[in-house]
Amino acid sequence: MKIPYFPGCSLKTYASGFEKSAIAAGKALDIELVELPRWNCCGVVSSLTKDDLMHHLAPVRNLMRLSDMKTSGLADEDKRLLVLCSMCMNTFKRTNLKVRENSEDLATLNDFMYLEEAKYDGSVDIVHFLELLKEYGFDKISESVNTSLAGLKVAPYYGCMLIRPKEVGIDDAEEPTIFENLISSLGAEPVSWHAKNQCCGSYLTVNKQDTVIKLTRRILDNAQQEKADVIVTSCPLCAFNLDSRQALLQETNPGFEPIPVLYFTQLMAIAFGLDAATYGFEKNKVDPMPLLNKKVFI
Amino acid sequence: MSIEKKMVTVYIMGEPQQVPEGSTIIMAWEYAGFQLKKGIGCREGFCGACATVYREKGDYKLKGGLACQTVVTDGMSLVQIPFVPSEKPQYDLKNLEPNIDTFKELFPTIFRCVACNTCTKACPQDIKVMDYIQQLKRGDIAAAADTSFDCIRCGLCALRCPADIVQFNAATLAQRLYGKYLALRSPELENRLKEIDDGKFDAEIAELNNMGHDDLVTKYYSRQIKIK
Repeated sequence: MKIPYFPGCSLKTYASGFEKSAIAAGKALDIELVELPRWNCCGVVSSLTKDDLMHHLAPVRNLMRLSDMKTSGLADEDKRLLVLCSMCMNTFKRTNLKVRENSEDLATLNDFMYLEEAKYDGSVDIVHFLELLKEYGFDKISESVNTSLAGLKVAPYYGCMLIRPKEVGIDDAEEPTIFENLISSLGAEPVSWHAKNQCCGSYLTVNKQDTVIKLTRRILDNAQQEKADVIVTSCPLCAFNLDSRQALLQETNPGFEPIPVLYFTQLMAIAFGLDAATYGFEKNKVDPMPLLNKKVFI
Repeated sequence: MSIEKKMVTVYIMGEPQQVPEGSTIIMAWEYAGFQLKKGIGCREGFCGACATVYREKGDYKLKGGLACQTVVTDGMSLVQIPFVPSEKPQYDLKNLEPNIDTFKELFPTIFRCVACNTCTKACPQDIKVMDYIQQLKRGDIAAAADTSFDCIRCGLCALRCPADIVQFNAATLAQRLYGKYLALRSPELENRLKEIDDGKFDAEIAELNNMGHDDLVTKYYSRQIKIK
């Protein structure tokens, strides 16, 4: 299966391990992620101002780029766009919702983008990789597992963008289970914890690090109270706050024990027994290898 | 037989002027009596000094172009842009790394791009300007250097950008970083530079320097180009 895929800027820079592992894990399931030949930033953060159309140009322009992917033979389909980053997914889905409900807005946007060869008609569906895996079947995913993750306690971190607002969420906003189902299918043990859909502080990491430290501390503490070995996420910004900010936490709290934060696709690559080069741990700040050597690669 | 000179009317900063059909915008200005000291350069479409904004009769669009390359049409409205006073950060290339952090520091405005594509619409070189800004946003400096390759720094992109991005200066940095750090090195070039340093061609250069004009011309036109 060849599906059009939007990487986003983070996956090309500081979250490159997310992309690397996702492409490899997809390949193991015979899902080929075909990068859009031409794309721009998703727009990041959907504008909530009703008449601010300017900030919807970026997502709509990307959604136009699928139009000839099937006819050109690049992909098997051109009505679904696969996205890995939670933030990109959220931005795309909210813009899609807006233009599908407001045909005048869509016409204005198309009119503005008169240089584009295609017009956007609102017909592209955004699919997060987790949704595609659910469609593929978690039972079937288990068949590809080659490395036992038995006994590995994994805390699934949803954050906000995957599940809120509910109109665009990929699962129940209060009690999501899609991550837990994936973790179980990989043979690991999903941890039940209450911080799984609490906010990590998001962009406050730029100018209010104290707030982010407070919020991430709450999340990390809860994961450790529930005896999690590792946290998994699908959001590069959450990963940045939960992973990279642990160095600051250690500075201010000498007793703090770091906990690795992985993208769910990195866990998949491990479970599928893929080459270690596909894990993409280079950008992980808390090195997961000591833990994995103790619990998985025995 | 005399050739009939057809004239067209153009509006230079609002004033109607009769100029010969087929004139470039620069020629039209000069025919109308203006002496351009800024906003004009090589007259060959290479230097990018003559950024211009015009509107054609019956069209609502303000278009950008190079005044030395754009031929006037009847009823065209013209204005010449003398200079684009855009921000130009100072840097020493050897202290920079070819990564996204360099652009975050020197060109933070590129992260304000909303993909409106106004820059691409303005570009007289048909460069996908917005696309290379987007490539920079995701740290793909090699791609940005390639996409922006034909840029001649006329500045029209920056003049039209609603996010105040100075695209053409960011392109220059991308191309410089690519050339210094990312482009593949050619061993042939290194070898040839060493040969030059070692004086392999000194005698030939001295011989050329001592030749007269006519001999040089003869030698030039009788040269053989070896293609390996």
